[in-house]
Amino acid sequence: MKSVNGTSSDPSGHPPEGSGAPDLKGLFRRSARGDETAFGELYDATAARVHGLVLRVVRDPAQSEEVTQECFLEVWRTASRFDPDRGSPLSWLMTIAHRRAVDRVRSAEASSRRDSTYHDESQPVDHDSTAEAATTAIEAKRVRLAMQSLTEAQREALELAYFGGYTHTEVASMLDLPVGTAKTRIRDGLIRLRDTLGVAQ
Amino acid sequence: MSDIHGLVGAYAIDAVDDIERERFEQHLEDCADCRDEVATLREAGAMLSSLTTTQPPSSVRDRLMADISTVRPLPPPVTSLSQHSEKRRRRWFPAAVAAAAAVAVLGGGAVVLQPWQDQGTQQQVTATARVLQAPDAEEVSAKLDGDAAAKVVRSPKLGQAVLVTKDMPSAPDGKVYQLWLQNTEGRMVPAGLMPDEANQKVLLDGDAASATAAGITVEPDGGSKEPTTNPIALFPFKQSA
Repeated sequence: MKSVNGTSSDPSGHPPEGSGAPDLKGLFRRSARGDETAFGELYDATAARVHGLVLRVVRDPAQSEEVTQECFLEVWRTASRFDPDRGSPLSWLMTIAHRRAVDRVRSAEASSRRDSTYHDESQPVDHDSTAEAATTAIEAKRVRLAMQSLTEAQREALELAYFGGYTHTEVASMLDLPVGTAKTRIRDGLIRLRDTLGVAQ
Repeated sequence: MSDIHGLVGAYAIDAVDDIERERFEQHLEDCADCRDEVATLREAGAMLSSLTTTQPPSSVRDRLMADISTVRPLPPPVTSLSQHSEKRRRRWFPAAVAAAAAVAVLGGGAVVLQPWQDQGTQQQVTATARVLQAPDAEEVSAKLDGDAAAKVVRSPKLGQAVLVTKDMPSAPDGKVYQLWLQNTEGRMVPAGLMPDEANQKVLLDGDAASATAAGITVEPDGGSKEPTTNPIALFPFKQSA
């Protein structure tokens, strides 16, 4: 397993030296004690990532805002359940966000196959000057590079699943693959991404 | 289900349907390798979010900060002697989610999603658990072939019922167990399909408050609009006068 070699993307949540990125673990801990200021800081540090992902999956801006809000409300409620020995704060947070986004699109599909009006996928990223934004930009560069280490087939399946919110069975059907093939590609793609980024714990 | 491990990547990024999720979560309870892999693959997945950042409008923050002042953070999990029973109780969560029928009923909101499994003291408030713990819950049991047993727990107040099975054999190839609620006119109304699991808790779809009975039949895969076979179990409900 490769070691983490970026300065900005230590998944353990330790603030990388000198970057000024917030200490998410500390913010989680304080939020769990009911510290609203800490929670506000946690929100400021991560809202763009959470909302960006939710918007990508859900697409509808109004619904996305609801999902983002629900997601953070859940984080507020359950912050005490975050255990740093089991993973990074960011992983915990994005897992909640992704699941909620996916649940939203799937339940919407189930209740009615209405509206596929599509809105602009996103307002352009607000490249503000906060330390967090800079950190994320550097990380994005690394992730883009790492994605290039995947095969085209892996990347395609992984993107449909993660950003599209589709199940592996749906992905298989969309890509004309035998059932079972897509889940393998998703897994292999994630493994390669993980190993290239050196995020395994 | 021999290649259940292969689902680990899809599970880690929610690319599974509810039934697969439930199966995989049961598998996770016994498979430390998969738990570790899920954790590391989620770390990798989370990194993908750096590619799609968008600042939400400030109104989201305002609403959220107003909301949190009205919501009490959960206490941290504490290890205690009761952990064992807590752990068992937690199993209700996957079972509830498993039932395709239950999904609609669960809707959003009520369920606390927890990214991590095997957390001994999680408290999951699910529709299923609510029914099973309801003060007015009433049970009707039925004996099935062999060692299998089943009971239906109904809360008239909540208008919901949960089927609990023990050692239920798989339905024959190409068949599925389908659940029914009998309405006051004596008609059987579809109440969902049972996932193929020996021990489970399934929330029945439909209004259980007015139902006069629940039943299980064996139907062709995908289920039927009305029963095509005699029930293998019937659970008559107490009638409120």
